[in-house]
Amino acid sequence: MLIDWFTIFAQALNFLILVWLMKRYLYKPIRLAIDAREKRIAAELADADAKKAEAQKERDAFQAKNEAFNLQRAALLTQATDEAKAERQRLIEAARVAADALDARLQEKRTTDARNLNQAILSQAQQEVFAIARKALADLAATSLEERMAEVFTRRLRQMDGPAKEGLAEALRTASAPALVRSAFDLPAEPREAIQRALNETFSADIRVRFETAPDLISGIELVANGQKVAWSIADYLLSLEKGIGELLDKQATSEPKTV
Amino acid sequence: MRLSPDSMIFWQHGFVKLNATIVFTWGLMLVLTVGAKLITRNLSVGLKRSRWQNLLEIVVTSIEKQIEEVGLRQPEKYIGFLGTLFLFIALSALCTVIPGYEPPTGSLSTTAALALCVFVAVPVFGIQDQGLGGYLKSYAEPTVIMLPFNIISELSRTLALAVRLFGNMMSGAMIIAILLTITPFLFPIVMTALGLLTGMVQAYIFSILAAVYIAAAMRTREPEPAPTP
Repeated sequence: MLIDWFTIFAQALNFLILVWLMKRYLYKPIRLAIDAREKRIAAELADADAKKAEAQKERDAFQAKNEAFNLQRAALLTQATDEAKAERQRLIEAARVAADALDARLQEKRTTDARNLNQAILSQAQQEVFAIARKALADLAATSLEERMAEVFTRRLRQMDGPAKEGLAEALRTASAPALVRSAFDLPAEPREAIQRALNETFSADIRVRFETAPDLISGIELVANGQKVAWSIADYLLSLEKGIGELLDKQATSEPKTV
Repeated sequence: MRLSPDSMIFWQHGFVKLNATIVFTWGLMLVLTVGAKLITRNLSVGLKRSRWQNLLEIVVTSIEKQIEEVGLRQPEKYIGFLGTLFLFIALSALCTVIPGYEPPTGSLSTTAALALCVFVAVPVFGIQDQGLGGYLKSYAEPTVIMLPFNIISELSRTLALAVRLFGNMMSGAMIIAILLTITPFLFPIVMTALGLLTGMVQAYIFSILAAVYIAAAMRTREPEPAPTP
């Protein structure tokens, strides 16, 4: 007999016991271990995802910060560059202004110095020239020049006309004191008479005249009556000469080219 | 010549007897249990684990996958029964390489016992799943006329299960025994190797068929696909 009922029953029981044993010692622990591992892996993956997301967030934040920093830096750099440019421009301008001012001052100083020097030279030259001239004229005047000068003076008196003559006539008429004739040297009697005569004839009156010697008059004669004055002197020529030379020098000083 | 290890009786007391089938079954149970106990004694839940644990995990997950592929949606619920069926039959076949060993599955009593277990398990799981009424109703599907045929089918497939496994395992052992007497060298080894393959295939077939029967018992409960608008 191939089938033994007791064996069937025993085997069925054996199998059921084996099912229980396997469940107890194999499937359950293995399943638990697998589940635990899967859970752990899932947790780790979730954790990794969270960390990744966080890292991504931080990276984004960092990038945003970096970009903002770059922009700020660029802005600051531009601002600093602009400021530096402006400052440079300002400094250059200030330096230029200062240089111009200094240049102008130097130029002015040079001009002033040149003028002063010219003035000094001129003054010295004038003084020397006039001293020589005066000396020469004084030497010459000591001989026959007085008469000649008196003659020139009388001719001028006679040639007077218009308001000048009228003014002098009025002054001579109203003067309480005698008219004063000053000369750099003592007039001899002859020229005195000639002057008296010329006055009398010119103004058709008997004019009282007082003669006086004044050494500061450079080889000249002058008539002073009540504030009115008629004069002739070499000093006048010298003065006009001095004036002419001074103008010439001034012109030269102003037209002198700038040396930079 | 011995057709079944049932006939090798070690001890008998009336109706109760201790034959080779039961003894070898106990041996297999012991190996399975002790092995499982030893390996699962300190299981690692981390990424690093022992080779044996890896092997068991592969076995368990593969069985679960197979069960799932058959159509049972909660494999952890059925792995206790179906997995043990597979492991027992497979180990029983694998041990044929041990000299002196006779596979308990080469006994019709064992295969009948296993088939009976399947025969009982199918309605048990079916009733558990859809209730007694629902399960019994499935016998009258699609029409009441089909009821006897369904019952016959239920019985015949149980018989087929038992006989198929018995035939295969017994024939394997028988062929080896015959070949040993004819050509003691080489051929028995080749046949043993072939027997191993046959044994594994039979283990797979038996447990898969059991899974299919259980799945068939609860197929009526599968959710209807949502109507498309």
